[in-house]
Order: sequence, then structure tokens, then C-alpha cells
Amino acid sequence: MILDGKVPSGRIEEKWDKHRFEMKLVSPANKRKYKILIVGTGLAGASAAASLAELGYNVEVFTYHDSPRRAHSIAAQGGINAAKNYPNDGDSIWRLFYDTVKGGDFRAREANVYRLAQVSNNIIDQCVAQGVPFAREYSGYLANRSFGGAQLSRTFYARGQTGQQLLLGAYSAMMRQVGLKKIILHTRTEMLDLVVIDGVARGIVTRNLLNGKIESFVGDAVVLATGGYSNVFFLSTNAQACNVTATYRAYKRGAFFANPAFTQIHPTCIPQSGEHQSKLTLMSESLRNDGRVWVPKNPGDKRDPRDIPEDERDYFLERMYPSYGNLAPRDIASRAAKRVCDEGRGVGPTGNGVYLDFADAIKRLGKKVIEERYGNLFEMYERITGDNPYETPMRIYPAPHYTMGGLWVDYNLMSNLPGLHVIGEANFSDHGANRLGASALMQGLADGYFILPYTIGHYFATTKLEKVTTDHPEFKKVEKEVEERIKKIMSINGKKTPTQFHRELGKIMWNYCGMSRNEQGLKTALELVPKLREEFWQNLTMVGEEGDLNIVLEKALRVADFLEFAELMLWDALERNESCGGHFREEHQYPDGEAKRDDENFCHVAAWEFTGVGNKPIRHIEPLVFEYVPLTVRSYK
Amino acid sequence: MKITLHIWRQKNSNDKGHFETYHLDNVIEDMSFLEMLDVLNEKLVAEGKEPVAFDHDCREGICGACSLTINGIPHGPEKNTTTCQLHMRKFKDGDEIWVEPFRARAFPVIKDLIVDRSAFDRIIQAGGFISVNTGQAPEANSILVPKQNADNAMDAAQCIGCGACVAACPNGAAMLFVAAKVSHFAYLPQGQPERKRRVLAMVEQMQKEGFGNCSNFYECGAACPKGISVRFIALMNRDYLKASYSEEKLEFAEKE
Repeated sequence: MILDGKVPSGRIEEKWDKHRFEMKLVSPANKRKYKILIVGTGLAGASAAASLAELGYNVEVFTYHDSPRRAHSIAAQGGINAAKNYPNDGDSIWRLFYDTVKGGDFRAREANVYRLAQVSNNIIDQCVAQGVPFAREYSGYLANRSFGGAQLSRTFYARGQTGQQLLLGAYSAMMRQVGLKKIILHTRTEMLDLVVIDGVARGIVTRNLLNGKIESFVGDAVVLATGGYSNVFFLSTNAQACNVTATYRAYKRGAFFANPAFTQIHPTCIPQSGEHQSKLTLMSESLRNDGRVWVPKNPGDKRDPRDIPEDERDYFLERMYPSYGNLAPRDIASRAAKRVCDEGRGVGPTGNGVYLDFADAIKRLGKKVIEERYGNLFEMYERITGDNPYETPMRIYPAPHYTMGGLWVDYNLMSNLPGLHVIGEANFSDHGANRLGASALMQGLADGYFILPYTIGHYFATTKLEKVTTDHPEFKKVEKEVEERIKKIMSINGKKTPTQFHRELGKIMWNYCGMSRNEQGLKTALELVPKLREEFWQNLTMVGEEGDLNIVLEKALRVADFLEFAELMLWDALERNESCGGHFREEHQYPDGEAKRDDENFCHVAAWEFTGVGNKPIRHIEPLVFEYVPLTVRSYK
Repeated sequence: MKITLHIWRQKNSNDKGHFETYHLDNVIEDMSFLEMLDVLNEKLVAEGKEPVAFDHDCREGICGACSLTINGIPHGPEKNTTTCQLHMRKFKDGDEIWVEPFRARAFPVIKDLIVDRSAFDRIIQAGGFISVNTGQAPEANSILVPKQNADNAMDAAQCIGCGACVAACPNGAAMLFVAAKVSHFAYLPQGQPERKRRVLAMVEQMQKEGFGNCSNFYECGAACPKGISVRFIALMNRDYLKASYSEEKLEFAEKE
């Protein structure tokens, strides 16, 4: 099937305005009659919930956390992009659009990206009005800094806690609506399935994490804002609870999953120290503004980094990418780090590490300035590693961080299942095969504040929805399936814990579907994953009760879905027989090791349709047309 | 390292609860405190026993989910450090460690080390916001904020809502949490129109939730993993006093 992204006609600068005019409206009095279910309370979910409730819709929000403020958007450090051009350095909507399309290695939908750049400025306005304490100059005006993949300063930030401040802004806007009784908030409630009636998404089935109660909720539309699936690698920068269940369950109910192989490996994370490790910690990309990345020129050089003289160091990003230097985009910087480590020049006990050195910056600017800019990050580094980065270079290594792939959505952010809308990291939309730094926050808030509130109204105004309650047989059927699944997991009585299975899955995925991939490896993994999944259903150990707070059961349900989802990711990586952005197929590279795209055969979105567990899913495509940013080799040299 | 743990186990809110003792033999100093508990939990599950339930998520000190009172101190002995960022190298071989939930009247225990902190959400719901709808905002640089004020606002806004301040306070007061939010907005021009209503509403909700009052022990400031200053409590008290004699107070009282 060829999918239609429903991109409006007309010039790219006019599409969104024209579309907003052409969309049908729901009158204020009628908005009260609609109920919207939103799953997830990160930037996308919270901003959508607040905005939709302000418009007059009835909203119910679901989070598995004890409080909506815990969503993992809170951990974003560096900043949020916008095309304000405050520094007068030549930025524009057009340039942000261009950088994002190029940064995504020409695998995103042009019209979506342009719209994202257009609304980026409204986001900054909105956040400032909410009281987000962005960094300021002495004049009182907003300050900016630069980020990877851009040659100008368009990033707004709140120290190293930009995600936290933006999320607290969206959260407080949402809590205001909770107080006004326009939003019903369900905490410690996890979505375990989607209910589709006559091809239309009408509700969800959830588990109350405190008492295990399975419940159904019906709505006129379902919005998934449930984030990404980096935890398929077990070790990632994601929070412990982040999982694929909501989007994967929607996929199993008929929603198409787009580009699952597009995963981002972030170059600047603290290297793994041992098997006990539960997560990898990101060191903000903003550090690359002042830190210089290097390894020793000679393999096996085990000297203290401070004793290695200048002429025996290889500042490899500056050498390979002179015009972007240390601010090369993430996929490129990660692969370069892997390459020098594969050459035996990696540092630290495992050899999987490169230095991020602030000595020059401290000499140039003084310790005080560096402390002001990155103080909290330096402290965090020291807490975790025991090393003081003011004195000795940091050691960093790439780690899974973000997933560009997600549920397929059209220009209106609606999936192929009518009524199912997907926003933020959970959808596949705007970042193509690689996301630029400080663009995730931008996209999450764009979707929630400024896009979905318009497009969902159009859906209601143009769709006749039958009156449905949770007594509908389909709800009962899904509830029963969820209950049986839980019973089955509770009854396995084997020997391995869910975490052990998760760790094993993560190793398979990291080894065969991580920073670089090849046909043979992917085929091997396609044999290993189903075997592991089979073992899971035979040999899982389980404790506690299903009708109680049960952290082992929660984990097992999530791991069970990762074990199915992983296979989908492998299929996508195998079938996309080209390299692009974060998807690097070793068979397809230029002599200098850069990713080699195949635009003739793969200039499209791959959207997968579920055909049963263990079966190869069906690959649909949405062709991508580049009218405004001509397809070129992506170079940062 | 060898570590002996005395951990609070409590089946549910009706259970009385008790300490249980566990021994771990191969704790590595690079482990975080929670990774050490992960090791214990994996061991318990493998033995068919229920693991210790505790709240946690981001494990980078920002989500505010992790709690734990370690050797009597919320988030443990390290200054400005959440439990998830506390590493075992701060302990010695042979140490005995006591692990309890955050204890406070307004934070009932749900299970083991998990407590209910939803009172914080209800305080924010009462007034911890600026009432601006999506779309109403003016151009961002039309609102100027002196750098000093922006920095002060950020110092207060850093609060992660973990509740260590409450757990550390002998009165179980939430003054630091509420003051941080009140101050964050009080320092910004955007926060001025609702400044008085906000402090009245948030303080009122705080009292309804059963938090105690401040008697200047300043344990909250010492326990705060983000180093939020107790000076914000003084700011809130001044604002509250001023608001109590304002027209907003009359209006507020009528609404009630």
C-alpha cells in the first residue's frame, strides 16, 4: 500500500495557514460534548492536555507515574530550538527547516518540518508567558547558545535543566485545568491496550498499578504521547520505566509503525562501568560548545590524559569535520567515536571511551565561566564517576538516547487508525533518520500546543462517531485479553527474572542493531530474538500478586512487549538496505566511512503492518518528495 | 564491599511495617545506591520472594521520583544529591545501612518504601501556575527579566518535587516546596498579576493536606537535593502576610 501523508497543496510557506483555514471547526458549545483520552504527560501529552482543555474539550489524562511531573521530558538538559534570530546571526524559519531536513538525512516529511520551524517561535513566546525561567542577558533579553548540526545560536535554555523547566510549564498549565475540572487525571495507571471499534480508536484498557485493577476508558479520540523505545537496548539514557507498550499495542491493533530502525545514539554519555549498571547518563550536547573531543594518536596509549602532549592527541571531530568541528551532528559524532575506539585508540578501563576536554576552555574563559555554564553537569559527572572534570578530561561514549521512529501519522498527526493521534517522540514525524539537538523539546511542544489542538477539531467536525460505552463487547474482549495475558505471565513459574531477559535482549539489539548494522548480523538477531522470547514465556519467574502493587509484573509486561517489538525493529533495519542518519548499514558507506543513502530505492517512509507475532510484518511505504531542500550528500566537512 | 541493610517492609497502608535485614556480599563502589537495591531485588526475586518496592525513574537526579531515608537522612548523607545519584563509594566495607520511606503525615506509606506524594500535585493545582492559555502569549522578548531576577527564579524553580524537605522537617512541613514555587513566579514579571492569589491559594491547600508549620529548623534546606535556599520561605511569608491584608484576600475569602 502507498500511504498518503495528506500534505496540503500549495507553497510550503503557505501550507499550514491554508490548512488551518480549510479545516472544519467545532463550535465552543459543541467542544464540551467530546472526550479526549491522552496517554502520557511529558511535554507533548501535558501541553496537549492543557491546550485541549482550555479550548473546552473534556480531557482524561493517564500516567504510570505517581505525578505527571515525573515524565522523562524532565531530564532533557540542553535546550530548545527556535527560529527567533535574536542573535542576528542569519537564522530564519527557512534555515531551521533546512537544517532539520538535512540533519534528518532527507528521511522526514518536508511539510511537517516546515510547520515545526514555523511554530517554533510561538513555543518560546508561550513558555516565557508561563514563567519558564530561560537564561537571560544582563539587558533582560533572552540568551541563546549553539547546538550540534547548526552553525548559529538558536537554542534557548534554562541552565542544564531546560526539559525540566519546559515540562513544569506544561505541567502547571495542565494542573490548572485539573483544578478547573476540565481534566481528569489518572496517576499510577498504565495503558495496556487500545480498543478499536469498527476501525476507529475509541478507548484504552489500563492497569491500576496500586491495586492491579483492569479498567476501560472510552473517548471520542485517543492521543498517545508515550515517548520512545530506546530501552529496547536495556541500557539507554531513558528513564527506567520508559517502554514501548502503548505504541506497540496500538500497532498490534492495526496502527502502522514507521521507521522503527531509526534510533539515535547520543555521542556524549558517561561510559558503562560494569554489569550492574541500570542506565547510561547523558552529558548534555551543549558541553561540545566548549569541550574538545579527542583520543591519543597511538593505539594503546595508557598514559594519564594530562601527560599526553598536544602533538600526540587526535582531535578527531575537528580534524574530520572542520566546519562544524566538535558540534558535528549526533549520528556523525557517535560513529566517529566508535571508529576511533574500534581502531584501539579508545580510553578508560574498557577502551570504549573518548575524552571531552575542557582544559582549553578553562584557560580561555576561566573556571568561573565554565562553572556557570555547566556547573551542574560537572557535578553530576563527578558524582557518578568520582573524577573531577575541571582537572581531568571527561570520558564519554555513545549511548541510545532517542528514537526517531514511531507510529505513522499523517500531516494531522493522526495514525492510519481514525481517532488515534500520536504526538511527540511516540510518532515518527519530523526528525527523519536523525534528530538534531534541542529539537525534541521543540517537536513535543509544537505537537501539543499548536498542532494537535487544531487538527483534532477537524477530525471531530468531519467524523460521525457512534455513541459507545465501555459495555461495548469490544471493550469486554480487550479487557479479557489483557487479564488473560497477565494471568499467563503470573503462572510461568520459571527461573529468570524479567530484568535478566531485558538485559539479554538489550545485548542482542546493541550488538546487531546498534550504532552500525549489517545484513548478516540482523539476520542472526532475527533468529536470536524469537528464541529469547520463547524462553521468556517458558522460563520467567514471577513473585507477588496480580491484584497488588507488583513491580516485577509491571516490568515483565513491558519486557514482553519489547521482545516482540525488537523483531519489528530488526526487520526494518534489514529491509532498509541503505545507510541514512542514525541507521548505518556497513554495506553502504563512502570510502571515508560516511553514510551512503540510496535515494532511488529508499527515499520513503517504511510503515509496518502487524501480521501476527513472529510473522514478518507487511511493509508499506509513503514516498518522500523533496521540493524545497534538494537531495544532496549530507556533509558537515 | 559487604553491606548489611535494614530495610523498612510494609505490605500496604494498613500494615504496621517492620525492618528486615539483608546482607549483600559483592557491592561494587561504582554502583549507585539504587543499583545496589536492584541487586538485592534480583536476588529476592530469584529466591521467589517479593522485592523491595521503591519509587525511582530517571536515575539522573531530576525526575524527583526517588526518595528513601538513608541512615535517618532523606536522600542519604551526601549534600545536594538525590538517592539515585548517591554512589556506594560513599560507604565503607562492612557498613550497616538503615533504609526507610520518607516519613510525614501528609505522605502515607503505600508499600515498603513507596509513599503517596500526590498532595504536592494538589498544591500546584491550587495555584502553582500562571493563568495563560495557549495562544495568548506576547512576543517573548517583549517581557524583559533582569538577569538577577531570572537567576533567582531559576534557583527556586529547580525544585524536583521529591518531598525530602517534608521528610526532613520535624513538623512535616512543606514550606520549602511551596515557597520555591511561590518565589519562582514572584521573581518574574509574568507572575505579578496573580502573585497574591497564588500564595493564598497554595498556602491554604498546603494546610488542608496536613503539612505542619515552619519553626525554623532549616532541616529542609539541608536535605534538599537541589540546594534550594530557605530564604525563599522568608519571601513566601512576606508575600503571604501582604496578601492577607489585600483586596485579593477578601475576594479569596468570598470564593471560599
